[in-house]
Amino acid sequence: MTPYLQIDQVVKDFGGGAVAVDGVSIDIERGEIFALLGSSGCGKTTLLRMLAGFEQPTSGRIVLNGQDLAGLPPYARPINIMFQSYALFPHLSVWDNIAFGLRREGCAKDETAQRVEAMLKLVQLEKYARRKPHQLSGGQQQRVALARSLAKRPQLLLLDEPLGALDKKLREETQIELVNIIREVGVTCVMVTHDQEEAMTMASRIAVMSEGRILQVGPPSEIYETPATRFVADFIGNVNLMDGRLSTDEPDHVIIDCADCRHLVGHGITGSVGMPLAVALRPEKILLSRQAQEDTRYNCVQATIQERAYFGAYTVYRLQLASGTLLKVSMANTERHPDEALHIGDGVWAHWPGTAQIVLTR
Amino acid sequence: MSRVTRPLFGTRFARLFAKAWLLGGYLFLYLPIVALIVYSFNDSPLPVVWAGFTLKWYGKLAQDTEMLEALLLSMQIAFMSATAAVMLGGMAALALHRYRRFRGRSLFNSMVNAPLVMPEVIVGLSLMLMLVSVQHAFGFPRRGMGTIWLGHVLLSMSYATVVIEARLRELPPPLEEAALDLGARPWQVFWLITLPMIAQSLLSAWLLSFTLSLDDVVLSEFLSGPGATTLPMVIFSRARLGLSPSINAVAALIVAVVSIGVIGASLWIARRERKRVSS
Amino acid sequence: MKTIGSPKLRGASGARWVIGLPYLWLLVFFALPFLIVLRISFSEMDAVRVADIWSYVDGTLSLKLRLANYLFLGEDDLYIRAYLSSLRFAAMTTAGCLLIGYPFAYFMARSSPRRQPLLMMLVMLPFWTSFLLRVYAWKGLLSEGGWVYGLIRATGLDHLLQALHLIETPGMLMNTPFSLLIGMIYTYLPFMILPLYANLSKMDMRLLEAAADLGASPWVAFWRVTVPLSRAGIVAGSMLVFIPCVGEYVTPELLGGPQSLMIGRVLWDEFFGNNDWPLASAIAVVVILLVLLPMAVFNKVQEQAKGRAS
Repeated sequence: MTPYLQIDQVVKDFGGGAVAVDGVSIDIERGEIFALLGSSGCGKTTLLRMLAGFEQPTSGRIVLNGQDLAGLPPYARPINIMFQSYALFPHLSVWDNIAFGLRREGCAKDETAQRVEAMLKLVQLEKYARRKPHQLSGGQQQRVALARSLAKRPQLLLLDEPLGALDKKLREETQIELVNIIREVGVTCVMVTHDQEEAMTMASRIAVMSEGRILQVGPPSEIYETPATRFVADFIGNVNLMDGRLSTDEPDHVIIDCADCRHLVGHGITGSVGMPLAVALRPEKILLSRQAQEDTRYNCVQATIQERAYFGAYTVYRLQLASGTLLKVSMANTERHPDEALHIGDGVWAHWPGTAQIVLTR
Repeated sequence: MSRVTRPLFGTRFARLFAKAWLLGGYLFLYLPIVALIVYSFNDSPLPVVWAGFTLKWYGKLAQDTEMLEALLLSMQIAFMSATAAVMLGGMAALALHRYRRFRGRSLFNSMVNAPLVMPEVIVGLSLMLMLVSVQHAFGFPRRGMGTIWLGHVLLSMSYATVVIEARLRELPPPLEEAALDLGARPWQVFWLITLPMIAQSLLSAWLLSFTLSLDDVVLSEFLSGPGATTLPMVIFSRARLGLSPSINAVAALIVAVVSIGVIGASLWIARRERKRVSS
Repeated sequence: MKTIGSPKLRGASGARWVIGLPYLWLLVFFALPFLIVLRISFSEMDAVRVADIWSYVDGTLSLKLRLANYLFLGEDDLYIRAYLSSLRFAAMTTAGCLLIGYPFAYFMARSSPRRQPLLMMLVMLPFWTSFLLRVYAWKGLLSEGGWVYGLIRATGLDHLLQALHLIETPGMLMNTPFSLLIGMIYTYLPFMILPLYANLSKMDMRLLEAAADLGASPWVAFWRVTVPLSRAGIVAGSMLVFIPCVGEYVTPELLGGPQSLMIGRVLWDEFFGNNDWPLASAIAVVVILLVLLPMAVFNKVQEQAKGRAS
């Protein structure tokens, strides 16, 4: 079955060596919320603008619902975008802002009114219809922007850093609201963000981008727990990366020798004995205890607590290993006043289960 | 970026100095205007010797056909040249703002900026000589109201471009893109979005051009023909001959009209700002 | 969101009109006249007509450039003196405007934000009233019996002015270099204040706070931080005053005397008085050459300011 949105080997070359998008191919299903995640300069915004029609690809195709978008100007595409700054027309009321796109379509007066009312109801701003944008709060402005971009029932909705302009508290509430509205409408959505949390909470699938290329595509849990490369592992969340060599290669388990410890990983990998690898370990998968575990051969290491940062819900420790490497450990504060608190300078044992490691070959 | 505006010199002397300097400056700027108005009521043919209060110069003004005709002509030219200047200047501003790279852009930019600083005698002379050459070759145009209009448009256009372009630069770019995205074609974007947002600057540019035209002497002298005498030309020829109270009367009236206009406009703008901020 | 230029609507006929019409207008009515002036400066007056400078005879194209006009400018030292005098007066006017205008703009920018629009309006108000009338007013103020005349005589300032060679005799303030300077400084002061104020009011006050924190006294901070940062405003204002001043006509005519030689008046007299168009054109060409450099500086500063603001 052909995907709803097909981005096929799209390249955008601005000339003078500035290749913003370097051969990107993505297939997006109907009704998905898809996130392009990467730091600034990775090409995600350029890709978004090519979808919207503000830039034309140097080569490659973009096909939406069977229609090739090549050469189509923005006003001829069944795509609508919500800008990071909302870009509400300051001289028009909320009502007129939302009606703008419908009027350009030549929509009949009563149908326009009907659809605008429906949109206002969807974002719960019925009482603000006659207000001007500067009379609304940031969150309200965003809802207007969303309503405006959904009014024309586009085949594809584009979001440019949707939560970038909001403060932290507002962000959490808005995230959920946004997703609910998008799902209720059922529109296919592509969003661009540099904020991992935003991508992971809102999107059903994420594409991690760097330097114009896609590094990995998958659902949030897959990206987080099964990163394909060192870069992705390091980019998403926090991670401890340990270099090592494959010493034992069995179908159901492998042993990797690192500078400070030996990893016993509970699954097989494709590789040969002696090959260099990296083992990625997420801080929350590591446990700390004062006493050593039963089997100190694998999956544990002795360390000294060097730093301790209290975050309320959890505490992050930085441990110094024998070789001088630092290990980041995150422990949830399950007890309000624990009997045995860990302090800087304490010697501890860090250990983790054999399923916690991510083995990376590149 | 927040700005904390408070005087950074703490001494009282410094603050007094600042106030004194500002006061002195304003005094310098307004002294001639006040003098003009005061002496327009002077009952004496010699404007600098006070001989009593009178309104007779205003009365004489009402019968001064030369002055009145010149005023009418000047107003007509000013109105037409301001309108043309805003249209051409607006196009130039749009061109410079929207199209970052086109062939001959730097030449275009220089030509738009040049009349702002170039001495008017040069502009007047060159335009006049060109018009004469064209007249010799094709038989038209005759020098007169039309040619004065031409010169004024040329001068005002530069000022209009500066004002309008400044406003265009303040517009956030996503606005036009949002309009395109929502289905507006480029000309609709301009008409529905850009134009309303620069409307105030268009008005400012128009008023500025109007004033420049109404006040211009040099270009008018170079470019006028028989029967086309503007108000500044009349005032100038009289002023050259010496001091004349009729000029004072005209001056007082112009100052009154302009002051009411400028103060009124400023109050109106201030009130709009307050309404915008408070709601 | 990164925007690489505005939406490119090239190819749309709209672009061709928006750029084309003003461009054509400027080429025809601004650039072309200068070329014609140049051409006429090389020709001679043929009754009222301007004789052709090139002719095609027997297969040879000959260009007859009558350099006599330019040579004449060099011979009669009136013109050279007039050019130098104009440059001198323009420089003095610029200096005067800067001396009065910079502190003025500075104090304006430092006043309370609520009062600044009012201060601005008060500066602009004279600008909107006819400059011709205001210059004329100085005639009255500086003649015998005028207010400023009385003030200067009473305070004895006229002796100082005489020492500075700005006036000849203490009793005569009109039609002197002094009256001309006052008139020009007065006229061009708003042109200096506006760009300076625009520049100074946008300055980040926190820079001065940082300087104070690092031990700089207000005086030092002014010279080391404020002035260098306002350089763009100083240059813009100076250009806006200097360049037009060089070719000023009205103010010298109304307030200047035989002593204050300005090239604008000389050009006018040649054109309207002697009807010698080619000579006037030659004078104009030299003026253009003189102001070409400052104009290039002005253009560059404008572009830089625009680039920094965007």
